[in-house]
Amino acid sequence: MALQDYIRSRFFPHIWCVGCGHGTALNALLRAVETLGLDPSDIVMVSGIGCSSRMPGYVDFHTLHTLHGRALAFATGTKMSKPELTVLVPMGDGDALAIGGNHFIHACRRNIDITAIVLNNRIYGMTGGQFSPLSGPGVVATTAPYSTYDPAFDVMRLAVGAGASFAARGSTYHVVELQQLLVKAISHKGFSVIEVLSPCPTHFGRRNQQGDSVEMLEWLKANTAKLGSKAAEENPELITRGIFVEDERPEYCEQYERILEQAREG
Amino acid sequence: MTNKTNNKIAFVQGNEVCAEAALYAGAGFYAGYPITPSSEIMEHMARRMPAMGRRFLQMEDEIASLAAIIGASLTGHKVMTATSGPGFSLMQETLGFAIMAEIPCVIVNVQRGGPSTGLPTQAAQGDVYQARWGTHGDHAVIALTASNNQDLFEMTVEAFNMAETYRTPVIVLIDEVIGHLREKLQMPDPDELEVVKRLRTAVPHGVDYHPYLPREDGRLPMSDFGDKHRYNVTGLYHNMWGFPTTDPGVIDGLIHHLIDKIENNLHQITRYKEYYLSDADCVLISYGCSARSALHIVKNRRQRGMKLGLLELQTLWPFPAGLVREKCSGAQHIVVVEMNMGQVVHEVKRAVDHPERVYLANRVDGEFITPTNIKNVLRVIMGRGV
Ligand SMILES: Cc1ncc(C[n+]2csc(CCOP(=O)(O)OP(=O)(O)O)c2C)c(N)n1
Ligand code: SF4
Ligand SMILES: [Mg+2]
Repeated sequence: MALQDYIRSRFFPHIWCVGCGHGTALNALLRAVETLGLDPSDIVMVSGIGCSSRMPGYVDFHTLHTLHGRALAFATGTKMSKPELTVLVPMGDGDALAIGGNHFIHACRRNIDITAIVLNNRIYGMTGGQFSPLSGPGVVATTAPYSTYDPAFDVMRLAVGAGASFAARGSTYHVVELQQLLVKAISHKGFSVIEVLSPCPTHFGRRNQQGDSVEMLEWLKANTAKLGSKAAEENPELITRGIFVEDERPEYCEQYERILEQAREG
Repeated sequence: MTNKTNNKIAFVQGNEVCAEAALYAGAGFYAGYPITPSSEIMEHMARRMPAMGRRFLQMEDEIASLAAIIGASLTGHKVMTATSGPGFSLMQETLGFAIMAEIPCVIVNVQRGGPSTGLPTQAAQGDVYQARWGTHGDHAVIALTASNNQDLFEMTVEAFNMAETYRTPVIVLIDEVIGHLREKLQMPDPDELEVVKRLRTAVPHGVDYHPYLPREDGRLPMSDFGDKHRYNVTGLYHNMWGFPTTDPGVIDGLIHHLIDKIENNLHQITRYKEYYLSDADCVLISYGCSARSALHIVKNRRQRGMKLGLLELQTLWPFPAGLVREKCSGAQHIVVVEMNMGQVVHEVKRAVDHPERVYLANRVDGEFITPTNIKNVLRVIMGRGV
């Protein structure tokens, strides 16, 4: 299928600002789906609320735009009730890890075969630039005019600690790499978390002297490095990209099939 | 079913009845979080569903439970969750989503004493208005209740039927007494009660399907996630494709549709029972466990020649105001019997021609309201002879 066949052009233009990373992430995601040759009728995309969560409206899959933070809970019901579906869940950083933190860790723990894509712009984009649990200290936000002092979650360590069997980080500057990571995340059997560093020039860049979208992409280039690379070893300050964990672990829906068998035999 | 005395009669608890009725109605997916006094519903489902090849899921909280069943309803399953006060409070935002996105699902609230953690193991009927107005924004909702096992079975099946017919969440609002009461149930035969199937679209693949374009009769045929029609579902105001919109005309049309599809079918949705109403000059109005004591006093006083009658409501929302008005038209006294500080009594006052004749007989100390409690109120209203 051609890439544009995955898109509902009827509902364009989209709501995202010029230079928003979320559009680039969607591009990489659709290319990953194309690479995998998935039938759109076999895909369900579930999201919460936020700029990132508007993604489902624009893609021609089965799409479910739910409540702030709750996407993984809805997605768990969808997947458990029809395990043959491929379930993709784009989430904002606040969506996934503030209001949705509980659902996030439990989805990791179950290791249910869902791909969670955390679009990390370190800010609440949709509501106008409040800080998020991924902002980290030293960020200026509308609710932190003097700068944040809240520590940030490390999404990779959180996901792995909670039981996700696949965890990777990419960025919207490194699009080809991101696409490859997404291919792996989607094909992985089990709960996959992929964190995507996705700039919000409108609310993060502007307030934090990171400039416009081009400068923010430059920032991603300069401040990230491949996991295990020399650059990463030499400079521990750099944010690492790549696959942090890729384990084979019993998958939730498959485990339930065993319970069904056991109960049938009675 | 447990404790079977013969092949059709069972001696069971209300919560188990509710669970069995859901299975009878075709519930294929259940998700929940334990809470007293509703946990037996979940435990019963945990045991029964896998054996029937159906799916059961314990979630991390009640928000997730309701969210999960909505996610499963969209793949084509009939779905249910059950909870009690604190859990029902947590569900309110998600309940609104199901209303807005028109997702068939059944939510059981086995009421306990509130507010807050309140009285976990004791009875109350304090969530009647919460069922109606708990979620934000204008909306309509269906809530059913029952006062005994046999009726509870039927009302639970009805809840599933109405959820499918009107594409809406339906609340089964029972209480601790009914949930835990053990009494006889005559198990209906497989085809005895009507079971409404999910209405699926006849629009062929390749033709534009409008998931949110109501048919002439107001119904919206569905298409399962995973089938060939791909569409969007959202809690935002949306157009006929399910895509978000701020078009005033579309918004106006949708809010009217959401309310009209229920309010305009009040007649079809109303379920009630009546006892000795034809010549009653004192009408008791009650529901759920309270109706048991109300019926007791009515029968008892009839034996002494007093003209008492009972209107037992099984549909609480949409409130059957016309029915209440009609049944109370000849009454000198109208007494609402409920276990709260007065909820249905306000609806009754709004419905009848003489609101000054409406009284409340209630009990709110966690103990079951007794016939004596009601009698004491009747004495005050009608004089010593009662
Ligand atoms: C229960 C609830 N609380 C708050 C909000 C308001 N709200 C909408 S989106 C959002 C945060 C969005 O930030 P993020 O999740 O990081 O996504 P982004 O917009 O940055 O992509 C908030 C707080 C809401 N919709 N629902
Ligand atoms: S506000 Fe930020 S996150 Fe939202 S669309 Fe604009 S750039 Fe993207
Ligand atoms: Mg964000």
